[in-house]
Amino acid sequence: MPGSAGRDASAYGVGVAFARCDDGYTPDVHEAAETRETREAGEAGVASGATEAMEATEAKLTLTVDGSARTVTVDTRTSLLDALRERLGVTSPKKGCDHGQCGACTVLLDGRRTLSCLSLAVAQQGRDVVTASGLDDSGDLHPMQEAFVEHDALQCGYCTPGQICSAVGVLEEAAAGHPSLVTDPDVPAGSAVPLTDDEIRERMSGNLCRCGAYVDIVAAIRDVAAQRPPVPSR
Amino acid sequence: MTLTGTPPAVGTAVGPAVGPAVGRGVRRLDGRVKVRGMARYAFEQLAESPAYLHLLQSTVARGRVSDVDASEAEALEGVLLVLTHLNSPKLADTSDGEYTVLQSPGVAFRGQIVGCVVATSPEVARHGAELVRIRYDEHPHDTRLREDDPDLYAPDEVNASFPTDTDEGPVEEALRSSAVVVDQRYSTPMEHNNPMEPHSCIATWDESQERPTLTVYDSTQGAHGVASTLAKVLGLAQQDVRVISPYVGGGFGSKGLPHAHNVLVALAARTLPGRPVKLALTRQQMFFLAGYRTPTLQRVRIGADADGRITGLVHEAVEQTSRIKEFAEQTTVVSRNMYAARARRTSHRLAALDVPVPSWMRAPGEAPGMYGLEHAMDELAEACGLDPVELRIRNDPPADPETGKPWSGRHLVECLRVGAERFGWSRRGPTGSRRDGDWLVGFGVASSTYPGNVMPGSVARVRYGGRGHYAVHIGAADIGTGSWTALNQVAADALGLAMNRVHLEIGDTALPMATVEGGSSGMASHGSAILEACRRFREEHGESPEPGATTESAAAEHPEAKEYATHSYGAQFVEVRVDADTGEVRVPRMVGVFSCGRIVNPRTARSQFRGGMVWGLSMALFEHSIVDHRFGHVMNHDLADYHVPTNADVVDIDVSWLDETDLHLNPLGVRGIGEIGITGTAAAVASAVHNATGIRVRDLPITPDTLVR
Repeated sequence: MPGSAGRDASAYGVGVAFARCDDGYTPDVHEAAETRETREAGEAGVASGATEAMEATEAKLTLTVDGSARTVTVDTRTSLLDALRERLGVTSPKKGCDHGQCGACTVLLDGRRTLSCLSLAVAQQGRDVVTASGLDDSGDLHPMQEAFVEHDALQCGYCTPGQICSAVGVLEEAAAGHPSLVTDPDVPAGSAVPLTDDEIRERMSGNLCRCGAYVDIVAAIRDVAAQRPPVPSR
Repeated sequence: MTLTGTPPAVGTAVGPAVGPAVGRGVRRLDGRVKVRGMARYAFEQLAESPAYLHLLQSTVARGRVSDVDASEAEALEGVLLVLTHLNSPKLADTSDGEYTVLQSPGVAFRGQIVGCVVATSPEVARHGAELVRIRYDEHPHDTRLREDDPDLYAPDEVNASFPTDTDEGPVEEALRSSAVVVDQRYSTPMEHNNPMEPHSCIATWDESQERPTLTVYDSTQGAHGVASTLAKVLGLAQQDVRVISPYVGGGFGSKGLPHAHNVLVALAARTLPGRPVKLALTRQQMFFLAGYRTPTLQRVRIGADADGRITGLVHEAVEQTSRIKEFAEQTTVVSRNMYAARARRTSHRLAALDVPVPSWMRAPGEAPGMYGLEHAMDELAEACGLDPVELRIRNDPPADPETGKPWSGRHLVECLRVGAERFGWSRRGPTGSRRDGDWLVGFGVASSTYPGNVMPGSVARVRYGGRGHYAVHIGAADIGTGSWTALNQVAADALGLAMNRVHLEIGDTALPMATVEGGSSGMASHGSAILEACRRFREEHGESPEPGATTESAAAEHPEAKEYATHSYGAQFVEVRVDADTGEVRVPRMVGVFSCGRIVNPRTARSQFRGGMVWGLSMALFEHSIVDHRFGHVMNHDLADYHVPTNADVVDIDVSWLDETDLHLNPLGVRGIGEIGITGTAAAVASAVHNATGIRVRDLPITPDTLVR
């Protein structure tokens, strides 16, 4: 989809198709939303609070977000989640509770799923953050995302980026032999844990979905796990 | 896709042909952006140099603010504004107590908004809020709902404009002469909607033009409703308030109406014209300010003759409301027409307490009411020595007992029969008869119902853009319901186009008026408006329109709807396993069969039904907002302590529906699907728990301590 969205206020979110209707070109509103560059948003469109805040409590850090090096000055009280959302314009991770109780803010931090609302931004110098918007750098959907859409494993979509980051993390953790509460004690330490439905449910229980899409979330992860059988890590 | 059951004979009218899109399980059109997190919810909309608002909430449950010291907060670098009743702009309309924000020092419940701090960053706003010193004159408060409260009163009407009480036939006499009588009390607790996306806004007040205008990005189930409320309260012309809400992270009723925070953010924006003001309620704040389901105290009395035919039915409910605004949940309305009875009485009584304002929560009325009624039916079956499925079949009324009107399509009996078959109901054993190791196993059943609702007033616009592409505009909402997809399907078929030639826009008051995405009425109301606008477009502009050709229309009149009683029905079957030692309840299996008219998109519909059933499971076992009556607040006001189901709590949910089209209510043949899944579910769980353990838990939720003996 061509980059059709202008940056005037009326084009944000909706209004795109209507505005473009007269010249016969009507981009899909969802695709239009997707083409907007979050980085551009981050540099021009979001809080300037960093420069106005108290200098004594500021810190500058550089981290990698979805494959790009990003440098940002933050109030040292800022969570990684707020740094991403309010400073860098990366709104793929969501804020559902800000207390590590819902999982909507889950990102992959150096490859492991992490609650970004419980992580202080200043502690992330030099680290690698991957959000659901950066899982596939070709701009395509990651197989996990494809499976979520196919199984309709989402409704309102607000918990979904966190669910997907978590699910991707689960595949890696199981492959690396990390046990869960329901893992058969007879599975030898360090060998891959088969992702049964019980394993998926247990490992995904840190990600709440109020719409109640759990049955379909399990089905989506089961599908992807079957396509990519876990490989023993050693 | 699984369609089960024999297509019942319904309706005689000939509706529009089902086209290639309607009825197909199309993948969610907004799925791609949502799985990548690229759908922008309200708080994520771009805003230049936004300011951040943090609430100040009362720390007493009743009283007056006696002193405000904002000096320290105002001295904090980055604080732009401390707003309280002392310096707030005046509102133009104060007829609604919930929206009358910062207009007086009065406090009517703990957690009420008494001010806010606006700053250049969220961290500074929150810091500033901690520095504002507020003193109160505290008055005695009462937050406890009691059946014997001397101040109980009968409201003029209950939610959705139902009469408060009904009284048909000599019910006391019927009960006295019944062979079998069940007389029990049931209670449901205070519950909070808790959509995953907190209530959020970005408000900008613009004074650069001749007249001030207000633009609000909001997370709402009804953009037009928010705009009209804000316009009225703030004294603006409705066309000068624009509300934009393309994606909504769940609502479940709590975003059906604007709440106090919408007014507050507008007041702050008005004080800082030109600057976008961002407000997201914290999860904790949502327990005070975003509505909730009232606790209910219900008494159900059912008399039956020896073969289980109901002679008299009485359903009474006591509920709470706030002192600043009345909300009367329609809890016992379901008992007016669910089953046949020769005599019946229903009533609602309210206590106005020092509590936050209750409001809509998924199936208000039907969810708690069907718990009481259906649990009592389970007890009646036991008392009559009848199978609970058979009891319900015996009491299926041939016409609406309340109005005498014919049913537009009542297929409860088919749902029960199909569900019993799918579930394996015949394997149910006597009470307390099945054990698997440490687990006591039980089966339960209950009926579901929800009215078929159509709300008048929605308008759709169809416009030809050229090169084969059409824009379809309506200010509707997709709160996870799948409207982005299903409304597109309706428009594509009505215009005779492939779906990718239709470009739907919703969620903006710049689009034609739409009613709230609530009451399971979205498809019936918004879909019908789109259907008629598309039909008229073709009538006016033909198959080869000029680019720019436009037609706007409301839904066609459908007078036939008034001649029928229009309700959806369903049957829910549940297996539970109860740990014999700890009382832990697990639900390995649920089966739901529904009759809801035509299903526009089986893929997204299945998710709606399943989600509703998960809510019912949650109501049965988990949800309970626990008030500390000494202070008047909900103690478990976060997602660690307010329990909702996690992935591990939900195992196997089998959903199916009758293949049916109900053309009596609207030309699309739909009756709505968003809420029915929660109704009756908790009673089915309670029925299964009783079957497993022999214990009747009548006060929800069914927690382990209620089952340890």
